[in-house]
Amino acid sequence: MSAPLLELTNVSRHFGGVRAVQNVSARIEAGEIVGLIGPNGAGKTTLVNVITGAHRATGGEIHFMGERVTNQKPYQAARRGLSRTFQIVQPFPSMTVRENVAAGALFAGKAISRRAAMDAAEAHLNFVGLGKLVDAPASTLTLPNRKRLELAKSLAMRPRMLLLDEVNAGLNLSEIDEALRLIREIAAQGVTIIIIEHLMKVVLGLSQRILVLHHGELTAEGAPEDILEDERVIEAYLGDRFAKRRQGAQS
Amino acid sequence: MSAFIGGKNLGLTIVLGVVAVLIALPFIGDNYLVRLATFLCLFSALALGWNFIGGYAGYPSFATAAFYGLGAYVGALLQNAGTPMPLAWLGAGLGCAIFAAALGPTLLRLKGHYFAVGSIAIVEIMRLLASIFADFTGGGMGLNVPILRGGPDFAGMVFLYAMLAVAAAAFLTTLAVDRGRLGFGLRCIQQNEDAANMLGVDVNAYKTAAFVLSAIFCGLAGAIYASWVAYIDPTDVFSILLTLKVPVMVLLGGAGGAYGPLVGVVAFMAMEELIWSNFLELHHGVLGVIIVILVFFLPGGLLKLRWPQILGRFRAGGDAKSEAKAAAE
Amino acid sequence: MDVQTLLNGLVLGGLYACIAVGFSLVWGVLNIINMLHGSFIILGAYLAFFAHAAFGAHPFLSLPFIAAALFGLGYVIQRGVINRVVSSPVLITLVLTFGLDMILYNAMVLGFSATPRRLALDMGRIDILGATLPLDRIAAMALAVALTAMLFQVLRGSRIGRAIVAVRMDRDAAALMGVRVPQIYAITFGIGACMAGAAGSLMSVVFPFSPAMTGLFLGKAFIVCVIGGLGSVPGALVGGLALGLIESMAGALIGPQEAVLAGFVVMLALLIFKPTGLLGKAGYE
Repeated sequence: MSAPLLELTNVSRHFGGVRAVQNVSARIEAGEIVGLIGPNGAGKTTLVNVITGAHRATGGEIHFMGERVTNQKPYQAARRGLSRTFQIVQPFPSMTVRENVAAGALFAGKAISRRAAMDAAEAHLNFVGLGKLVDAPASTLTLPNRKRLELAKSLAMRPRMLLLDEVNAGLNLSEIDEALRLIREIAAQGVTIIIIEHLMKVVLGLSQRILVLHHGELTAEGAPEDILEDERVIEAYLGDRFAKRRQGAQS
Repeated sequence: MSAFIGGKNLGLTIVLGVVAVLIALPFIGDNYLVRLATFLCLFSALALGWNFIGGYAGYPSFATAAFYGLGAYVGALLQNAGTPMPLAWLGAGLGCAIFAAALGPTLLRLKGHYFAVGSIAIVEIMRLLASIFADFTGGGMGLNVPILRGGPDFAGMVFLYAMLAVAAAAFLTTLAVDRGRLGFGLRCIQQNEDAANMLGVDVNAYKTAAFVLSAIFCGLAGAIYASWVAYIDPTDVFSILLTLKVPVMVLLGGAGGAYGPLVGVVAFMAMEELIWSNFLELHHGVLGVIIVILVFFLPGGLLKLRWPQILGRFRAGGDAKSEAKAAAE
Repeated sequence: MDVQTLLNGLVLGGLYACIAVGFSLVWGVLNIINMLHGSFIILGAYLAFFAHAAFGAHPFLSLPFIAAALFGLGYVIQRGVINRVVSSPVLITLVLTFGLDMILYNAMVLGFSATPRRLALDMGRIDILGATLPLDRIAAMALAVALTAMLFQVLRGSRIGRAIVAVRMDRDAAALMGVRVPQIYAITFGIGACMAGAAGSLMSVVFPFSPAMTGLFLGKAFIVCVIGGLGSVPGALVGGLALGLIESMAGALIGPQEAVLAGFVVMLALLIFKPTGLLGKAGYE
């Protein structure tokens, strides 16, 4: 049996007494599109942070391409081909759009020279539809364009796995459709994708498999149609009030 | 840098012209001018050195005098131990590089105000250490360095050329860094360190590299200074005034490029000469006023201010005036 | 450690707390490293000296007037100059206050000359547990601690004090609550200068002073502030006493220069390993 692309074994992350991520184990195979869902505060972003090295894991092991990468530095994750986008986009504000993307190509991707990085950047910007804004300062972009920039930057890093954290937040319906088209194209190029998303329609339509995180724990896992039937998922999403009431009664 | 397309060649031409004048200076100028030119090169080396960490990486470093003083003491001690002068200088540069490489990873974990205060503390600690280990450094009494033989004119020429060489090396290194991976990575760090890290920039290695480059040029300048004046003491070389003056010079010209620091040094020294000769008693006060004006009216430095005006003036027609006016506002 | 060293350290520490508390407040609330602070202290000392020389005013009596004058100076400097760049990066604000410091320094050299001065009161000595201490020092220290405590009360009890603390904790939220942030900034800076002036007039009876010593006192303020944590009065008190004890112990055991060095080394170590200070309050970036 070949090793999965990403393997999480009992990964935990606690902040003081808060168990943001608790004993999460999962396997992601190469080429998959996996949705990561869960209510607000379920620990989705924290899990992504632990995988990409932004936070240290307080417990557990992470393997990427068979290599143990627990507590790697963020730049190491980037160079290994683990790339991510942020819920709140983080451009380099006074660099041009092209330079922003070129930075990804130069430092995480395979580009050898700055010129090669600039050329690669332009190709990625054309792909995400920012071809006309290559020389604009990144700080002047609108929110949808910043999201596109973020995506182009991630692609320039030549990732094997792309972790998309709420790429659609703040976009309107047609912009979301556009983003989904891009994500499918990226996946078609062989990039494995983990997508965190609030809009169920988006996740269900895109993902081959779904992981459900609730109170930091992995409560369900399966194909989209099965997940919809799962009792625990329904409780996590629809029965939030019941859950709270039950918790209140217990404590 | 993209702001002055076409200005790059102009800048390089001016720099080469100035270098030519400086090389010719011992033959055409008097001792006063040679001395002034040596200081010009000294501060250029310090400003360009500071610019790696302060300008490109955006870390508010006030450690300049720590490197400068360390270079001065290492160079002086090596020379006193019988090392030939140029080798002593190189030894000082190497010593400062090792010092910065050892200190950088820890100190550069600090951010913002904490880094600023930490870097000032390094200067104070070095100064106190130099005073305390009197057996070794001469303590507060200072340290004598062998005077270069061959008469004042010859010595003046040697030290001018040596300082010029360091400044030129700092300038060429800056150009290389600016165009290469390191400069790009440092600019990413300056804009958003976390994002740079996520993008694959080994931020600690890059920041330390900038710190080490900064240390090498400041250390070399310090070592040459020690040989030049033939006497150093702790308060002279580990000087808080120096450590604050250098960033002011760079800010005056514009941080984070190859030309800004040079413009700043020239402008600052010109003003300082003017003040020294006219209002000796008001020296500190006038410098203070210059700093206040700089902060309020030249936030991007002289280079950023001048270019739009010059472009406006070059353009024909009535809109040139209005553009220059707009740029001035 | 003998009693003499301990008492010397505590006396010194009380003065250091008063020296640093204003600096710490300004750093914590305005997020500005005020390079003028050392000069404010020396200015306070000179004002006390000249009030004594010209009118025979006892420095402890002229202190309130000096503190008030320094408050006014600080208020005007912040309102007129510093406030324009108050949210700039540290490089800019530090350089600006350094520039202002050079102006004030130059004015003091011209006005007061660079000769070191000392206001000799000679109030006698007192024996405590076998240790001898000059009374003027003890009185200065007691007043310094009292002033620091008074500031603590002002911050806790008064309307303006609560507003200052609110701005320190969350500027934007305070602004939304109707606090006029620029006004609070100016008052805070004024209080910083006022405490420096008061500390200076107390120092004038303990140490000789000259304009060349501004950096020395600024250095103490840095160290106390980092040891105790930013922007808190108890922190400044703890930091001040800690530095006083460190210096008097190192001074007694090794030597005076080593004592100063010890302060800086402790500060650097804390910066790196525990930037929130000994009291552990959240740091203010």
